[in-house]
Amino acid sequence: MSYKKRDIIHIADFSKDEILHLLDTADKLKRTPQPDRLKGKVLGSCFYEPSTRTRLSFESAMHRLGGAVIGFDDADNTSSRKGESFSDSMRMIESYADIAVVRHPLEGSAQLAADSIEIPVINAGDGSNQHPTQTFLDLFTIRETQGRLDHLSIALAGDLKHGRTVHSLAEALIPFDCRLYFVAPESLEMPKPICDQLKESRVKFSFHRSLEEVMPKIDILYMTRIQEERFQDRKEFIHVKESLRVNVELLEQGQQHLKVLHPLPRVHEIDKKVDQTPQAYYFEQAKNGLYTRQALLALILQGEI
Amino acid sequence: MTTLEKTVPVSAIRNGTVIDHIPAGKALKIVKLLDLSTDKLQVTLGLNLPSSRMGLKDLVKVEAFALTPETASRVSILAPQATVSIIKNYEIEDKFHVSLPKSIEGVIACPNRLCISNHETVDPVILVKQRWKGNIRLQCHYCRKNFSQQDL
Repeated sequence: MSYKKRDIIHIADFSKDEILHLLDTADKLKRTPQPDRLKGKVLGSCFYEPSTRTRLSFESAMHRLGGAVIGFDDADNTSSRKGESFSDSMRMIESYADIAVVRHPLEGSAQLAADSIEIPVINAGDGSNQHPTQTFLDLFTIRETQGRLDHLSIALAGDLKHGRTVHSLAEALIPFDCRLYFVAPESLEMPKPICDQLKESRVKFSFHRSLEEVMPKIDILYMTRIQEERFQDRKEFIHVKESLRVNVELLEQGQQHLKVLHPLPRVHEIDKKVDQTPQAYYFEQAKNGLYTRQALLALILQGEI
Repeated sequence: MTTLEKTVPVSAIRNGTVIDHIPAGKALKIVKLLDLSTDKLQVTLGLNLPSSRMGLKDLVKVEAFALTPETASRVSILAPQATVSIIKNYEIEDKFHVSLPKSIEGVIACPNRLCISNHETVDPVILVKQRWKGNIRLQCHYCRKNFSQQDL
């Protein structure tokens, strides 16, 4: 098991032990900052489409480990506007950086980047395909709030059809034997190939239309944003928006140790008043992105810490 | 009694290759896949021929052309049960089943329109993951989307 010089492309590439090792390393860095660990190392931050949380947390993670950051956050500012191929752009980054973080709107772009260059590549989102570092921070946060990852009851709610975070999270939870509850309108249900994979792996899951149905049973409520443009009928959107809304009254139906997570940005699906409750953990979750990304950078560049 | 399969109405070739037991409807795709129509080759097609094993099948005969097992493995994606006969002086000199390669490079495009391999100048790489009862599960090396040969 080694992260040294490894590309981080897809969550399915990691075993249970590898995931736990990364989470332990992130935990270590959260408790004891190591400001000089990556001194002299350079991160190439290649964002071909907008991102705030992911880009800033990667850049902050590198700075807080003593490394430097170069890069771009808009494809229009690169030579791709002049017709340069993606692989050629990556080769340029390779000359200047020790590790590259890549976000690109096309699926499979991180794999192509990894095939094109020798330095390690971290996938920071390839279209609606994969976003493995989001999954690492989700797993870290779940473990942090519940003290374990095994045998938990977890509800994934909102747009389960298009949300890549819920797809990856469901896949990553397979080895932890969790009970999953999918709460979504019929039109935004978890895609069949993912359900088939869970079934093959003997993961227990069920489908629900409202949060009330699952509240008393769950340890984690993982909410996602529902976008209006996914609906042809505005009335249906309003109905779904209301039926999948977390408010203080709903939380009263849940267990005491329940935590609410969200990959952010949230819009209507979590009432602002929930922010003040002990169940709200989404801002801490976003902060954990810093430690899990620090752990990845350190393990990939140094092997062990 | 002579079976229909033995009297298929496709003329014999003197020297060349016969690709038999192609699923009905796939022969034209195989001609395209092997680039047979652009090489001034003499190609004879049999479409929807009766077959005791397959119900209906397609068949491709190519005059003065010897298909290697390596190139034939490309055919296996579309026709996993295909057999290839190399003909010399009207007689079968060699006969083999197509075998599935572990991956196929630069031949089949990923069906996912949003995959970067359809937008950049890069050879598509399709991994052969699993096969069962004549079906094959394929996966794009880049976007890792799974699909079957019916999606091609």
